[in-house]
This record gives sequence, structure tokens and C-alpha cells, in this order.
Amino acid sequence: MSKRLDAMSNWIDARFPMTSTWKAHLTEYYAPKNFNFWYYFGSLAMLVLVNQLLTGIFLTMNYKPDASLAFASVEYIMRDVEFGWLIRYMHSTGASMFFVVVYLHMFRGMMYGSYRKPRELLWLIGMGIFFVLMMLAFTGYILPWGQMSYWGAQVIVSMIGAIPVIGQSLSNWILGDFMLSDAALNRFFAYHVVTLPVLLVTLVFVHIVALHEVGSNNPDGIEIKANKDPVTHIPVDGIPFHPYYTVKDIFGVVVFLIVFCGIIFFMPEMGGYFLEYNNFIPANTLQTPDHIAPVWYFTPYYSMLRAVTVNFLWVDAKIWGIVLMGGSVAIFALLPWLDRSPVKSIRYKGPYFKIALTLFVISVFVLGWLGTKSPTPLYTLLAQIFTVIYFAFFVLMPWYSKIDKTKTEPTRVKE
Amino acid sequence: MRKITSILCILCLVPLVAFASGPEMKLDKAPIDPSDKISLQRGVRTFVNYCMTCHSAEYMRYNRLRDIGLTENQISENLIFTGQKVGELMTTAMKKKDAKQWFGVAPPDLSVIARSRGADWLYTYLRKFYRDETTATGWNNLLFDKVAMPHVLYQLQGGQSLVVKTVDDGHGGQHEVKELKLDTPGALSKTEYDLYIADLVNFLVYLGEPAATKRVQLGIIVMLFLFGMLGLTYALKHEFWKDIH
Repeated sequence: MSKRLDAMSNWIDARFPMTSTWKAHLTEYYAPKNFNFWYYFGSLAMLVLVNQLLTGIFLTMNYKPDASLAFASVEYIMRDVEFGWLIRYMHSTGASMFFVVVYLHMFRGMMYGSYRKPRELLWLIGMGIFFVLMMLAFTGYILPWGQMSYWGAQVIVSMIGAIPVIGQSLSNWILGDFMLSDAALNRFFAYHVVTLPVLLVTLVFVHIVALHEVGSNNPDGIEIKANKDPVTHIPVDGIPFHPYYTVKDIFGVVVFLIVFCGIIFFMPEMGGYFLEYNNFIPANTLQTPDHIAPVWYFTPYYSMLRAVTVNFLWVDAKIWGIVLMGGSVAIFALLPWLDRSPVKSIRYKGPYFKIALTLFVISVFVLGWLGTKSPTPLYTLLAQIFTVIYFAFFVLMPWYSKIDKTKTEPTRVKE
Repeated sequence: MRKITSILCILCLVPLVAFASGPEMKLDKAPIDPSDKISLQRGVRTFVNYCMTCHSAEYMRYNRLRDIGLTENQISENLIFTGQKVGELMTTAMKKKDAKQWFGVAPPDLSVIARSRGADWLYTYLRKFYRDETTATGWNNLLFDKVAMPHVLYQLQGGQSLVVKTVDDGHGGQHEVKELKLDTPGALSKTEYDLYIADLVNFLVYLGEPAATKRVQLGIIVMLFLFGMLGLTYALKHEFWKDIH
């Protein structure tokens, strides 16, 4: 039997790099042995991606991208399709959990300096994934065609139209109409189920190719490849990804699934944060809801959009709001070049970085909370203050990271 | 430029509308129990007899009501007044266009009303109608001012009227308190009417997500399985990692 299997794999290996790929990326791919809690979120992001793709396919079978049928078809899935409610909740919860996992994955990178040389490109590809993910979330949120789908999209679409000179034409081109309508719903459906998923899967593949080229960073932020066994040429602090990290990640998957299924089965709306209450009202183009708020993962950016209230340099305040909102996402891409610290990991960085990162995290949470509220003068002021803190983390980084008191990195990873 | 103006408008509308809705009224807690099938059956009886005269539940099929312990025969004999088949959707005979002309607004579909409004809102709303000669229907609602819907259940609840009292707030200022007073008693006492509405709201909550009970039941099995897996996968990881460190 095993002889036959060997013969078969030899036959394949002569024609396709099966065994060598398996080795290069799993059994002989050496990852640092000191991965901690924060290193689960990469594999979990892959799990959620697969969940979204699979449940998405089944939703597509019954969903109707038509302004007059969309809302009803979602309810049809919830009621008449066998286990349709489960598939839909897996997809809607998956969307939010995708952001939870990706935000934690990004935060890990910020803590341990995973964006630093030689992983700049890896970080940039990750930023591309983040951008596509946001597009996917936006286009997907429109599909149920509820009140929040419609009016939330209306706010975003009018932002495209506000781009100077080309805005109006660009908006018409994207929407296929002069306003958000059935034509736009059809397009967004196409983007959501074809264009963007293909892009996302491709970028994730490229992200992993880049990762396996440079190797994983670790909580100590030192290069395990710098210290190889003289005989075997294997990093002394590295362990084969398979079986060590595969079994570890499987445990992580189960912990994640307990949280994930807890939400799906016991609180699928997550108190209105994962499925907004207003989105159970069919879209009404003539009635603006009392309060428009994006889903939780967009609220920090939404706060920054609303934070600009004065015109500046003859440019309208709203345009600055849009610039700020776009900038708040795009600025992550500059991190590899903003960080001038001699060390990568927060473990060896000084107090300035630790304070800056803490303030940054606080500002994200406060801005996120403010984004769910109707603006008042006090809230707007708070949003302005925390927007400044948010950007200061990045803009001032070249200085505070340079003058910070750092500790010396160890030569070997710590247990 | 027009687009910029439109964003400005949308963004400016947000605080205005929020302001217009004013201080929110405290909602009464709906005493509902989704596992009480008798309550759900009483609720659906009220629903088809009163609500469905104008409102539809057009995402729901009649025969789904087997969930709450009814047989198809019971459903078609007692709950379908439109000559529809038991597998059909719970639609209403009233045309949306006519309804809009009569009431100024078409009565909304109620399939997922409990998911957008919430049980407590519905429970409060259905008990807070009062007579108001200034409105077209002669009725108004404490929770939903100038609502187009008349008080359909007034024969059961009786007619209430609005009493506005001015109370000292203890800090030298005064504020208005709105209360309802029962003028003409209905067929049910206050306690009976509250229970009657609780049953109806219980049904509306079920109607919003018929799979909810099944979801929780399945969830418990899934969680038990996952906690079992948690132990197993931890042991597996522990076993493999023995030789590291």
C-alpha cells in the first residue's frame, strides 16, 4: 500500500511540486518557537475568510439582487431555506469577526514591529487586504437593502461625489445611475461576490508567499534566521510549522469557534452592533432614518469624517473630512518608514512608544464609540481631540521612536 | 458641488432628526416568554383577527405556525380568513396604494417589526393610545406622536385621555409629566389587557425570527461539542509541544 502511495507521489512530484511545496511551507517552514496569543489571528483570519466564501456561496443561491426583492429574499433565507438562518448568521457574524480578527492581527504587527525591514512589502500587501476587506464589508452591507444599508451607503456614495472635478462622473460610473438605486445594488452585488473576493483571495495568497519568503516575526522582534545551526542550517529558535503550529492553531480555532458560535446561536444581532435594528426596516428612499451610523468596524473613521467642521484653505470642511478619513486608513501603510526605533518589539522599546500606542488604542475606541452617537458639540470636540491623537501617533513617530530609551534586544528568543 | 451639498444635508439632518425625536420615553418591560406556546397561540389569534386586517406578515407562511403547536387543520380552519392555502404567505387583502390614501401611510409589514422596534417598544406602544380630537382618526399615541394608526383594540382597552401635569423637579424648576387616564372602561380590565398585549408581543417576537427557539437549542449542542473539542485539542497541542522548550 505505502509502496503504491510512494509511486503515486513520485509520479506527481515529477510533474508538479507537491512534496517540495508541502515541505517548504509546512514541515520544513521554520517559525519562531515563541509565538504567543497574538499570533493566532493570522490563521483565524484565514478561517473566517473560508467561512465567508462558503456561506457566501450558499447565500448567493437564494439572494436576489433586485431592489424590490432583496429584502424579502433575505427573509426567505431566514425562514424558508433549510438552515438558511444559520448560513446567514454565520456570514453576518463572520463579517464582524473578520474585522475583530484583522484588527487584532494588525495590532500584533504594531506591537512587535512586524512591519519593519524586511517585512515592509508584507505589511503593504496586508494593507491591500485590509482595503479590499473594507470594500467587501461596504458592498455586502448594502445587499439586504434595509434602511441602514441604503442610507449608510448614501453617505459613502455622496463622499465619492464630493471628490473635486471627477467626483460626479465617478459616482455615476460606479452607481450606474444618478442616485443609489437598483442598478447600484446589482453592481455592488457583482463587486461583492466576484470582483472583490477574487482580489481578496489573490492578495491573501500573495501575503502568505511574502511571509514565507521573509519568515515570521515574533514577540521579541529578532530575526531567527540570523542564528542558524551550523550543520543543519535550521534556525535554532525555529520549529517546523507543521505539526507544531498546526496543532496549536487548531486549539486556537476551537477557542475562536466558541466565541463565534456563542454569538451566532445566542446573540446574532450582538446588541445591534453586528446586525443593526434599523436594517430590519426595508429601504425607504423617501425617509431618512433618525440616526445613521455605520457598523461598528467603520465607526472610528466615521467619527473622523464628522470631526472636521471648519473650511480650511478655501476647501470645504467635508472634503477635509473625507481626506482625513481616507488618510486615517492609508497612513498605516507608512508605518515601516515612520518607525525609527533601533528595536522592533514593544518588549524592548521605551516609554514613549508604549504611551503613544496606548493613547492610539484609546483614541480608536473613543472614536469608535463616538461614531455610533449622534453628534453634539461636546462629542464633536471629543472627536476632534482624539482625531489629533490618532494622527499624532503616526506623524510624531519618527521623532519619539528615535529619542526613546530602548533596551538591548536579546540574541535568542525568550521562552 | 451639488454632491457636497447633499452630504452636508445628510450629515446635518442627523442631529436635527435626533433632536426632533426628543427625550425618549421610558419603555415598559414586555413580560414575554417565547417558550410559552399557549401565549403564542393567543397572540396569533389576536394578530390575525385585528392586525392582519391592515398589516401583512408577508415573509411568513401560515403553515410555519406549526412551530407554536398548531396543526395545519387548526391553522386553515381558525386563522385563515382570506381563502388562502396553508402554505401561502400571510398577506393582507388591503392594497398598499389604497391604504396610503386612507391613512396617509401604508401600514408597515409586521414580519420583522419586533426586530426593528424591539418587544418593549411594541408592548408600550400598544398600551399608550389616547383620544385626541385633533387627529384624523381621533386617536393619538404617547409613544408615537400623531401616529396614523387608530386604536384598533379600544373596545378591549377602553378609551384613555391625556392628562398633562406640571410637577416641581425639586430644583426650583418645573417640567411636564404626561399621563393617561382611563375614561371609558373596555371589555378587559387593565391587568387583562396588559396580558393580552403581552401575548401579542410574544407572538410578534416569534414572528420576527421563527427559528430563534431552534437556534438556541442547536446552539447548546454545538457549544457542548466545542467544549469537548477544546479539551481534546488542548491535549493534542500539549502532547506535540512536549519536546519544545
